[in-house]
Amino acid sequence: MPEVVIRKMVTCVEEIFHEGGPIAAQPLRRAAAIAVIRNPYAGSYVENIAGFMDDLKPLGLQMARTLIGALGGDAKVVEGYGKGAIVGAAGELEHGALWHVPGGYAMREVLGGAKAIVASTKKVGGPGTRLDVPITHINASYVRSHFDAMEVGVNDAPRADEILLALVMTTGPRVHARVGGLKASEIKGEDGLR
Amino acid sequence: MNAIAPTKAKIRKIATFVEETHREMDRVISPPTRRAAAVAVIENPCAGKYVEDLSELIAIGEELGELLTQRAVAALGIPGASCESYGKAAAVGEDGEIEHAAAILHPKLGTPVRRVLGKGAALIPSSKKRGGMDVVLDIPLGHKDAAYVRSHFDGMEVRLNDAPRAKEIMVAIAVTDSGRPLPRVGGLNKDQIKGEDGLR
Repeated sequence: MPEVVIRKMVTCVEEIFHEGGPIAAQPLRRAAAIAVIRNPYAGSYVENIAGFMDDLKPLGLQMARTLIGALGGDAKVVEGYGKGAIVGAAGELEHGALWHVPGGYAMREVLGGAKAIVASTKKVGGPGTRLDVPITHINASYVRSHFDAMEVGVNDAPRADEILLALVMTTGPRVHARVGGLKASEIKGEDGLR
Repeated sequence: MNAIAPTKAKIRKIATFVEETHREMDRVISPPTRRAAAVAVIENPCAGKYVEDLSELIAIGEELGELLTQRAVAALGIPGASCESYGKAAAVGEDGEIEHAAAILHPKLGTPVRRVLGKGAALIPSSKKRGGMDVVLDIPLGHKDAAYVRSHFDGMEVRLNDAPRAKEIMVAIAVTDSGRPLPRVGGLNKDQIKGEDGLR
């Protein structure tokens, strides 16, 4: 089992008061936790990589807890989430896919069993690459007000032999959400969709 | 963290960033070097026209000096007095003037920064520019009590994909608990600081 070697941890929090419309009574907050780790499979094709997902679990939990801390410490305020990965040039896209299980389940566990699939994206890129991490409601993917995204990136990462891993959480709908669809108040919360 | 007191500045957004470096060139950095930046995106009350008197922006600078330093220090989770270096920067949207950034950064922003940090004998290094959304701000960093401490010459990049809009200004303050991860180019060491003149 390869070791998880962390070079850098980054936390970003955005607090959005308005976007040209009325000032929100409760500002929307978005937070991202980012880890830059060594890619143990960089430089060659490795067939059997799935075991690294287990190695990443503690890091996933640590990052999920960091996010809740950055949002004030109470998991109940979290309404949206997403995840993503940027694989450095000497790696392959499939290495980014290793983040699906440890990243997603860490957030669902820390949030007390959130129902919806965790929206995700990934790509291969160089240092400074930006990633638009998609965000959806934690219990019902179809809640339209919570469809959102947060751009993340680190100017000096990922290097060629690194992977940048990201988790994102938000505290509510887009600041001026008003395009209809399923409302958060209408969620059944059984199938993770509605 | 949620509600903030009414401000002179019309704030659209506040963002904070924390970076911890755990390894550099495969050497373990223990404890990790840490730095934080707080950024406010505000309406530019002087956008779109030439305004002679910039006192409104000067007052906003004083207010943001306190607010953003508090946010950045809180993000590091250490007492203000334990911060080692600092810096400030502003980016003016396309309908504003570089002088607007100067009005915010230079006359009155520094005093509340130093109040939050307990000291700060050194000049606060700064940068400014005009630009569109997603413009990159490289906030220069220097030791807060002695500008010649070479291990603490550094910079921190911040950017927000949706700011500044044409009639906005992005104002940033960065603080650290350390210098570069592996400083080894000599110069004044932080243990040798007198901290009287802000230089050495």
